[in-house]
Amino acid sequence: MAERHEVVFVDGVRTPFGRAGEKGMYWNTRADDLIVKAMVGLLERHPDLPKDRIDDVAIAATTQTGDQGLTLGRSAAILAGLPKSVPGFAIDRMCAGAMTSVTTISGGIAFGAYDLALAGGVEHMGRHPMGSGVDPNPRFLSEKLVNAEALNMGNTAEKIHDRFPQLTKERADHYALRSQQKAAAAYEAGKFQPDLIPVAIQSDAGWGLATRDEALRPDTTLEGLATLKTPFRPHGRVTAGNSSGLNDGATISLLASEAMAKELGLTAKMKLVSFAFAGVEPEIMGIGPVPSTEKALKKAGLTIDQIGLFELNEAFAVQVLSLLDHFGIDDDDPRVNQWGGAIAIGHPLASSGVRLMIQLAAQFKERPDVQYGLTAMCVGLGQGGSVIWENPYFDGKSALSKGAK
Amino acid sequence: MTTAEDFADLRAMSQDEVITHSYLRDVPLASGKTLALITLDNNRDHTRPSTLGPETLVEFAAMLDAQKERAAKGEIAAVAVTGKPFFLAAGADLTQAGDIPSRAVGKQMAQLGHWSLGKLSELGVPSFVFINGLALGGGVEIGLNADYRTIDRNIPGLALPEVFLGIIPGWGGAYLLPNLIGIENALKVVIENPLKNNTMLKGQEAFDLGIADAIFDSVSFLEDSIAWADAVLTGKIKVKRANEPGKVERAVKWDIAIGIATKTLESRIGKIALSPYRALDLLKAAKNTDKKTGFAAEDDALADLISGDQFRASIYAFNLVQKRAKRPAGAPDRKIAKPVTKVGVIGAGLMASQFALLFVRRLKVPVVITDLDQARVDKGVGYIHDEIQKLLDKKRISPDEANRLTALVSGTTNKADFAECDWVIEAVFEELGVKQDVFADVEQYLSDTAVLATNTSSLSVEQIGAKLKHPERLVGFHFFNPVAVMPLIEVVKTRKTDDETLSTAMVTAAALYKNAVNTTDTPGFVVNRILAKVLGEAMHAVDTGTPFETVEESTRPFGLPMTPFELLELVGLQVGAHVLDTHHAAFPDRFFESQNLHRLAELGHIFERDSKGKIKGIDKKARDIVAGGTTPMTAEELRIRIEDGLADEIHRMLDEKVVEAAEDIDLCLILGAGYPFQMGGVTPYLDRVGASERVFHDTFHHPVIKGVA
Repeated sequence: MAERHEVVFVDGVRTPFGRAGEKGMYWNTRADDLIVKAMVGLLERHPDLPKDRIDDVAIAATTQTGDQGLTLGRSAAILAGLPKSVPGFAIDRMCAGAMTSVTTISGGIAFGAYDLALAGGVEHMGRHPMGSGVDPNPRFLSEKLVNAEALNMGNTAEKIHDRFPQLTKERADHYALRSQQKAAAAYEAGKFQPDLIPVAIQSDAGWGLATRDEALRPDTTLEGLATLKTPFRPHGRVTAGNSSGLNDGATISLLASEAMAKELGLTAKMKLVSFAFAGVEPEIMGIGPVPSTEKALKKAGLTIDQIGLFELNEAFAVQVLSLLDHFGIDDDDPRVNQWGGAIAIGHPLASSGVRLMIQLAAQFKERPDVQYGLTAMCVGLGQGGSVIWENPYFDGKSALSKGAK
Repeated sequence: MTTAEDFADLRAMSQDEVITHSYLRDVPLASGKTLALITLDNNRDHTRPSTLGPETLVEFAAMLDAQKERAAKGEIAAVAVTGKPFFLAAGADLTQAGDIPSRAVGKQMAQLGHWSLGKLSELGVPSFVFINGLALGGGVEIGLNADYRTIDRNIPGLALPEVFLGIIPGWGGAYLLPNLIGIENALKVVIENPLKNNTMLKGQEAFDLGIADAIFDSVSFLEDSIAWADAVLTGKIKVKRANEPGKVERAVKWDIAIGIATKTLESRIGKIALSPYRALDLLKAAKNTDKKTGFAAEDDALADLISGDQFRASIYAFNLVQKRAKRPAGAPDRKIAKPVTKVGVIGAGLMASQFALLFVRRLKVPVVITDLDQARVDKGVGYIHDEIQKLLDKKRISPDEANRLTALVSGTTNKADFAECDWVIEAVFEELGVKQDVFADVEQYLSDTAVLATNTSSLSVEQIGAKLKHPERLVGFHFFNPVAVMPLIEVVKTRKTDDETLSTAMVTAAALYKNAVNTTDTPGFVVNRILAKVLGEAMHAVDTGTPFETVEESTRPFGLPMTPFELLELVGLQVGAHVLDTHHAAFPDRFFESQNLHRLAELGHIFERDSKGKIKGIDKKARDIVAGGTTPMTAEELRIRIEDGLADEIHRMLDEKVVEAAEDIDLCLILGAGYPFQMGGVTPYLDRVGASERVFHDTFHHPVIKGVA
C-alpha cells in the first residue's frame, strides 16, 4: 500500500484574460497556444525544475474540440517542450475544470502515484462559444430529468433570485460594483501582475503583447449597472454587469508532494487541506458551492469561521451572495475576494479554478495571520466544488486559528 | 535630403507590387517603458512570403520616420521589427528586379534599400529586429541595419543568397555583416554558402556566427524577445559580440582571409561569374571604410550587376529550377499514375544497388534485386544493408527506420520473385541484346500493368523493348551519377510508351526527390547529347593539333564548373569515348569520335596530378598520344565553333521536339551537368553572344535574356 502524502501548491500562473469574440485580443490566438504559453511561463519561473520528473499533466477545457481538443494535457506538454516521457490528459468539469485538474492530480499525489505534476485549464470562449457542438440527450426533457432552463446559465442565476427573495438585484449590483473596484485597486497595487504571463497576440495591426486582463471595467457605477438589460428574463435581475463575461484565458499550477517539494528545494505557497464536489438541481446550479463547501469543511474538521480568506468564483453575483448568506457572511466582508473576482477579471470557464488558487496563494503570503483559505465555484448542470488550503506562512498569531485541528 | 520622390522611376514600375505593409502596435514593457513594435505583413497566407518591393520600402521608411518623431518626444523607448508568422521577409521582390529597365533604375533600387533600412540606425532610440522566421537577402539586411537582433531557434532558414543569383547584398549586407561577425564568418555567409547550392543557415548557426545577439525557442519567441529587449534597455543585459572584429583581425586576418577566399573561388568556379568577385571587393573594402562609403560601394556594385547579363540569366535559371522543375512540361495528368508498391531492380552491381537504396529510402516499399548468381545478389544486398547502417551511424535515420528499410530489401536469383513488382528497373550491361533479353525474361512473371524502366544512357529505349509483349509499359529513366546526389532524371518516352506509364515515371521521379524532364527517345536524350557535342569538339580540336591548354582556354568564358578534360576524367575516359562513339554513329556529320580518346583511356588519365589529386598539368604521355595534328585552332576560333555547334544542335533538338522548349534543355544542363546560373543553362548565353543569330538567324528567347545599359 502506498502511504498518504501531503500535497502542496508550489506555484501558479495564468495568461491575462481576454474578452471573447472577434474584437477580443485572443481572437487570432489558438486555445492550445494559450495554455502552452502559460505552461512555458510557469516552467521558466523554475528553471532548475527537472522536467523529466513531472509525472503527469492535467489540462481542463469545457469544449474539447479543434484547437482546444486532442487530449490537451498531452498535446500541450509536447508543445511546451516537456520531455516526451511526460504523460498528460484532459479534464472536463465545465467551469470547475482547472479546479478538478488540481484535485485529481492532488488525489494522485496523496495516493503516492505522483510526486510532481502540472494542473490547469484553458477556455477560449471566442473560438469555442459556450454550448457549441453540444447534443443534449432528449431524455433530459422527456423524463423531466432537468428543466429546459438548466442549460442556460443566466436562467439558473435568475432562479437563485426566485428562491432567495432577499437576494435582490440591488445587492447583486452592489456586489458587482465592489468586484470591479477591488480588482482595479488590486491592479493599481500590482497584485496580479507578478503571476501574469504575457502573450504575443496577432491582430490586424500586427503583433502585440497581452499583459493585462481585457474585460475590466473600473469605471463601473451603480447607476450604470441599474440601466443594463436583463437578457434572460423581461424585468429580471441578472445583467451583464452583475455576471462574469465571456472570456479567453489559461491557467496552470505546479503541484507536488511535500517531500518532493523539499527534495527539489521548492517553496510551497499553499498546502492542501481538503476538497469536495457536490451536486444540486441543475436549474439552480449557482448554489452548488454551498454543499460542496459544507462537505470540504467537514472533511477538514473545520468550521466556516476558521476560514480567513475566500476566493469565490463570481459566475454571477447572486450566486456568490447565496453562499455568503448561507454562511452568514456579510456581502462586503473583507475576507471575501479582496482583489475582486470573475465579474471584473473574467471567467474563461475551465481555467478559472486555478486563478482562484493563484490569488489565494498571493494573499496567503501577505497574510501570515490567516491559517486557512477557501477556493470555491459553481458548475453547470448543478455542481459545486470547494478546495480548502492551509497557509504555510501562517505565524500562529491569529485568533482564527484557535480550535483548528 | 533624400526623400521617397527620389525613387520615382523605380516606384513607377512597381504598380503590381504585393506590398508588405508596416503595422504598428505599442507594447508595454515590464519596466514601464514602451516599445514600438512594427510587424511586416503582406496579408497573404504562408504560401506567399513577405517581400520588399519599392512601395514596401517607402512605407517602412515612413513608419520609421514617424517613430523617430515619437522617440524625440519621449513616447517610445525603442523600436522593434518582426514579421508575420514563419517569415521575417524573403528579400527583394525578384520578379520585379528582373525587369529593371536601366542601370540608373537599378541603382535607385540599391539606394532605396539603404535609405529605408538605414533609418533603423537613426531613430534616436535603440532598434531591434526579432527574426521570427525565414529571412533572405533584404530580410536579413533589415536585421543588420538595426542595433540588436534576436532569432527564433526554428526559423526555416536565414541566408544572403544574392551571390547565388548574380548580385550582391546591396542594402547594407556586404558592409555591415563583416563588421558584425568578422570577415571569415561573413565570407561564409555572403559567398561560400550561396555557391554551395544556396545553403541556408539554421537559427542556431546564425546565432553562433554572431548574426543575432539572443536566441529563443519558438513557443514564446516574441514574448522572450520583448522581455530581452526590455532587459537591454534597462541595462540588465549587456550585449557582448564575440565575433565582432577587433584591431588585430582588421590589421592582419582580414586581407589574408580575402586572399584565401579569392584563390579558392578562382580554382573552384573560375573568374567568369562576376557577383562573387564584386562581393569579395566589397567585403575587402569594409575593413576600414565608413558606413557611408561602404553603402555607396554597394550601390554601384548592385547597379552594375542588376542591370547586367548574368543577373538576368540567373533569374531565368532560378525560375526554371523553382517553377518549371516542379511542373514538368509535357507530363501527363498525375492522377493516371499507377501506384508503385513493390520495386524490382535487375542487376546487383554498384549502380543497381544505388538504385535499390534510393527507391527503398524514398518510396519505403519492398525492393527486390536480382542478378545472375547468388554471390552477386548477396553482395548487392550486403552493400545496401551497409549503406543503411551508415545512415543510421550518421543519425540520418532512426534505429526503427533502419530496421524498416533493411527488412524491405531482399535479393533473389529467381525472377519469379518479381511477380508482385509494379515497377521494375534495369541497370545491367549497356548492350542492347542483354537489355532486351532481361526484360523479355522478367516480363513473363509480371502483371500486364507493371511498369518497366531502363536506365540506358546511349541505347534506343524503343529497341530495348523490342522483345516485350507490352512495349507500351516501357519508359527510359535516366539517372545521373552520383545517383543519390544529382537532382535530374531524364524520363524518356518512346513512340509506344502510354500515358499511364509516363505519368507513373514522372510521379515516381518526384517521389525520389528528383526533378524529371520529359524527352523523346533520341540519341543521348538531352544532357549527353550536349556534352557529347562539347567533348567531341574538344577532342577533335586536340586530335587536329590544338594544344590541350588552348582547348581548356576556349571554354573558360562559359564559366563551367570544369574544363572538358576534367569532365572526361570525372565520367571516365572509357565512358567518354563510348559516348562520343555512339553520338558519332547516330549523327556522323555533326559529332566527332576520337580514336585518341580511346588511347587516352588505355593510359587512364589526361592530367598529371600531385599526391592529393590536384592537377599539375597535362601528362606528357597524354600529349604524346595526341601528337601529330596539323591544323591547330586558337581558343577564340574553337570557342566560336563550340558555341555555334551548340546553337545548331539545340535548334535541331527543338525542331525534333526532343523536349518541349529551350527552357527544358537549360533545366537539364543546370540540374544534370552543373551548368551555371549566370549562363542561364546555355540558351540565354548562346543568344547573348550572338551564336543563335550566326547559326539560325534568330534567337532562342524573345526578348533575348540579357542585361540593359
